Amino acid sequence: MTQRIPDGLRELLEQAAGPGQAPWRTLLRPGDWLLLLCCAALVATSFPLLWRGGVADRAIVKRDGQLVTELALNVARKYEVTGAIGTTVIEVQPGRARVLSDPGPRQYCVQQGWLTRANAVAICAPNHVTLQLAGRGGAHAGYDTINY
Amino acid sequence: MTPSTIELPVTADDYRIARYAAAAIALSVAETALPSPLPGIKPGLANIIVLVVLARYGWRDAAWVSLLRVVAGSLVIGQFLAPGFFLALAGALCSLAVLAAAQHLPPRFFGPVSASVLAAFAHIGGQLLLARAWLVPHDGVFYLLPLFATAAFLFGTINGLVAARLLAKPSTEPPTP
Repeated sequence: MTQRIPDGLRELLEQAAGPGQAPWRTLLRPGDWLLLLCCAALVATSFPLLWRGGVADRAIVKRDGQLVTELALNVARKYEVTGAIGTTVIEVQPGRARVLSDPGPRQYCVQQGWLTRANAVAICAPNHVTLQLAGRGGAHAGYDTINY
Repeated sequence: MTPSTIELPVTADDYRIARYAAAAIALSVAETALPSPLPGIKPGLANIIVLVVLARYGWRDAAWVSLLRVVAGSLVIGQFLAPGFFLALAGALCSLAVLAAAQHLPPRFFGPVSASVLAAFAHIGGQLLLARAWLVPHDGVFYLLPLFATAAFLFGTINGLVAARLLAKPSTEPPTP
């Protein structure tokens, strides 16, 4: 069976398995330690990227695709939009927004609850009203709810 | 009509590169059996071979081994010209470019581990850039950067240590046929 292993690999395996190997730390030179430290720091600082960009700072309310209003997400307030079959009430609190009530028969957009991330959308289709959050990075900063 | 045979001259270099490339292909094929938490995160064991070849025989041989590994490895697992192949190729090309620069680091202070970590980051960088430009035309892929970077850091370090350990022993080159 050992004949089937490529020669180069067998050579490397034999070397790796040999006795009397030096301890791991002797394989690292001073610059290696420095580089590893720098890279570890860079990797650690890159982690906020995972959560950044999802922060929403305003809510965009549209009716029939036309912009009705933009609400800043820093003060709590309620906003009423008159749509095709009635009035949709949007509730805004610091950092989040939701459809509080809607005349639609199935209440999907109400049951969606609070929207917190940029580009999240609640669509009240029967009333032709949409509520979308937007972040600092523009319309394409985060995922939207359709293709993610 | 006499049958003619075409004799391609095979040099010792060719045998050596083929031998190391075979080892790298074996490792990269074996690696596909490992489960991965996220597409694109894998140990990259074949890069150990590339690092050993780079240190022993220089960048030209390392480039041959790396690119042969990408092409032949993808043929073996049936991924040739699939998206994964192009991602691997982009990663390999980027890491080769970085290794070309990294081999000029002073050897007194920087060993195979540095080369390995730098190459691993280049690998991830190349793949992410191609993925962003072609497969996922959306900045959303960059949100995964911390995960990829962590994997590159860990596996780059481990692969570098393995390569350093292999290089610490003298080469036992088998005779060329």
